Amino acid sequence: MTRVAQPRRAAAPVGRHSARAAPGAGLGHLLTSEWTKIRSVRSTLWTLILLVVVTVGFTALLSLAVASSWDQARPGQRAATAADPVATILGTGITFGQLLVCVLGVLIVSSEYSTGAIRASLMAVPRRFPMLAAKALVFAVIMFVAGEVTAFGSFFAGSAILHSHAPVALSDPGVTRSVLGAGLYLTVLGLFAMAIGAILRHTAGAISTAIGVVFVLPIIAQFLPGSWGQHIHDYLPSAAGQMITQAHQSANQVLTPWQGFAVLCGWTAVLLAVAFYFLQRRDA
Amino acid sequence: MIEVHNLTKRYGSKLAVDHLSFEVEPGQVTGFLGPNGAGKSTTMRLILGLDRPQEGRATINGKRYAQLSQPLRTVGALLEARALHPGRSARDHLLYLAQTQGLPRRRVDEVLGLVGLQDVAGKRTKGYSPGMTQRVGIAVAMLGDPEVLLLDEPVNGLDPEGILWIRNLMKQLAAEGRTVLVSSHLMNEMAVTADHLIVIGRGRLIAALPTQEFIERSAGRSVLVRSPAAAELARLITARGGTVAMPPGAGAGGPTGNGAAVSPAAEVPAGAGAAVPPGGDGAAGTLSVTGLEAARVGEIAAEAGIVLHELTPRLASLEEAFMETTAGSLEYGVPASGMPGQDQQGMPAPDQQGAPAADQQGGRAPDQQGAPAPERAP
Ligand SMILES: Nc1ncnc2c1ncn2[C@@H]1O[C@H](COP(=O)(O)OP(=O)(O)OP(=O)(O)O)[C@@H](O)[C@H]1O
Ligand SMILES: [Mg+2]
Repeated sequence: MTRVAQPRRAAAPVGRHSARAAPGAGLGHLLTSEWTKIRSVRSTLWTLILLVVVTVGFTALLSLAVASSWDQARPGQRAATAADPVATILGTGITFGQLLVCVLGVLIVSSEYSTGAIRASLMAVPRRFPMLAAKALVFAVIMFVAGEVTAFGSFFAGSAILHSHAPVALSDPGVTRSVLGAGLYLTVLGLFAMAIGAILRHTAGAISTAIGVVFVLPIIAQFLPGSWGQHIHDYLPSAAGQMITQAHQSANQVLTPWQGFAVLCGWTAVLLAVAFYFLQRRDA
Repeated sequence: MIEVHNLTKRYGSKLAVDHLSFEVEPGQVTGFLGPNGAGKSTTMRLILGLDRPQEGRATINGKRYAQLSQPLRTVGALLEARALHPGRSARDHLLYLAQTQGLPRRRVDEVLGLVGLQDVAGKRTKGYSPGMTQRVGIAVAMLGDPEVLLLDEPVNGLDPEGILWIRNLMKQLAAEGRTVLVSSHLMNEMAVTADHLIVIGRGRLIAALPTQEFIERSAGRSVLVRSPAAAELARLITARGGTVAMPPGAGAGGPTGNGAAVSPAAEVPAGAGAAVPPGGDGAAGTLSVTGLEAARVGEIAAEAGIVLHELTPRLASLEEAFMETTAGSLEYGVPASGMPGQDQQGMPAPDQQGAPAADQQGGRAPDQQGAPAPERAP
C-alpha cells in the first residue's frame, strides 16, 4: 500500500524556473523522447529480449534436429542444405522472429492509441510528421541492433551445430551479406509492421493484418500457377525481403537478393507514406 | 488568451460544435459549462489541435496550437479521456513529455511534488487510483509552466482535499495573470472557482459573462430561515408580500455555508397546507423565502418575537441558474410564446429578460433567457 502524499499547498510557487530552460525543440529532443517512450514500457523490452532468445533458441533446436537426422534425410535434401547452409540456419529461426517483429512494430504505435498516450504525445509535438519520423528512426535503430544480434547469434549457433555436416563460414561467398541481411530484413519488417499499426491504429487488427501479409500471403501465392504466380510471390513484402537472407539466389527466383530487399523497402516506404498522410489528417 | 472563432466540428452526421465563438481572457478563471454532450471536450480538443475542425479556428495568444514551437511551455492541458500508458510510470510519462520540450529532468520532479505523487512516481500507472491518475494529468498540464491552461473536469476522481487544492491552484494561476479555462459538471464548484463563465449547449454558445452576473440574471435570490415557529413565521412573511417554500429535507438541518449546496426549493409537499409548511409544533422548520431581504425577514421575526435558528441570504445556486439557462437551449426552436411568462410574483431579479452577452449570441439569446425560473411555492 502506497499512500499518496498530500499535494503541496497551492501557496507554494507553481512555476519554477526550471521550466524555463534552453529552448529549441529539435530532432534530438524528439529522438530522446521516443527512446524514453520505448524503454519505459516493459512489454517492449520483453518482446525484444524474446525476439533474440526465441529466434536463436529455435535456430539451435532446428539445427540440432537437422544434424541428428542427417543420416536419415533424403540425399536431395542433404545436398540442398549443404549447398546453402545459411538459408537453412537463418530460415528456421527467423520465421519465428518475424512474428515477434510484427507484434513489436505494430505495438510501438498502436499501444499509444489504445492507451490514449497519443494525445499526450501529440499535444507535446503537434506537428505530427516529426513525431512519427523520430519514432520510426529510434525504432529502426533498436530493431537493427536487435536484428543483427539475432541474426549473428542464430548464425553462430546454427553453423556450430551443423558444422560436421554442412560447414559454413562468414567468409564464404554471400554468407556475410545473408547474415547482415537477416538483421536488415527484421529491421525493415519492423518498420513495415509499424506503418500498418499507424494506419490501422487497433492493435489486434493491425497484428492480424501484418501477420496475414507476412505469413499467409506468400503461402497462398505459392499455389498460383506459372511464372506470373512466381512473380507475384517474389514481389510480396516478406518473400522479397527474405531473399537477402540466402547466400545463393535459387533458380526460380525472379529477383536478386538486393532487389528483393529493395522491394520490401519499397512496400515499407509506401505504407509509411500512407501512415504519415493519415496521421496528418485524422483526429487523434 | 484563447480565441475561438466560428469553430465547427462534425462527427459523421453529429454536429458536436456549431459555429462556436468565444474568448478566454487571462487573469481569471473561466468556467466552461454545458450539459452532457454539449461539446465542451470537443472544443478543447479542437483548441489543442487534436481534432480538426471543419470550419473556423482556435488560437492561443494569436497562434494556432500547431504553430507553437514548444507547446507545453505555452499551453498546459488536462483532457477528459485518459492519456497515459498504464505500463509506464508517471515519472517516465512526464519525462518523455519534458524531453520533447527540452525541459530538464528536474522539472519532472518539481511537478510530481506539486501534485503530491513523488513517492509513487516510479510505479506503473496501471495501479493508480482515478484520483492519482488525475494528478498525473495535472502534473502534465503544469510541466511547462504554461501561461494558458485548459482543464477538462479536473476535479474528477479527486478527494475533497484534492478538490480544494486544485481550486486554489486554479485561482492562484489566474492571479498570476495566466489564462485558465476549466470545464466542470459541478456547478457549485464553478460558483466558487470561476470568475467568468462560458455556457454552451448543443455545440452553440448560450452565454459568456461574469459568474456573478450569470447567477443574478438567471434566478432569484432567496433567504433561508430556520425557526421552531416556522409555520407562524411563514404566515407573517406571506402576509408581508414574501413567498415561502419548503426546501426538500427541511429540518434535516444541512447547513449551507457556501450558499450553493442546496438544491432548488421544491414545492410544498402534498398534504401540507399550501402556504403553511408543516412541522410547526416544536421542530425547527426550514423556510426558503423569496421576495424579502434577509434583514426584513429578521425584523418580521423580531416584531412577532419568533426565535430564529438560522437566517441565511443566498443567491440561487449556479446549478439552478445553469439548469434554467440550458433548459432554454434545449427548447431552442420553440417560439418564445410557447414559454409562458415565468416571472412569478415575488421574483426580485430586476431584469429577467436581460440576455447575458447578447452580442455574442446571434440573436438567439432573448428567447432562451425568458426561460422558466425555478418553481417557487405560491
Ligand atoms: N470522436 C467522436 N466521434 C463521434 N462523436 C463524438 C466524438 N467526440 C464527441 N462526439 C459527440 O459530440 C458531442 C459532444 O461531445 P463532447 O464530449 O464534446 O461533450 P461534452 O460537453 O464534453 O460532454 P460531457 O459533459 O459529457 O463531458 C456528443 O454528442 C458526442 O457524442
Ligand atoms: Mg466532456
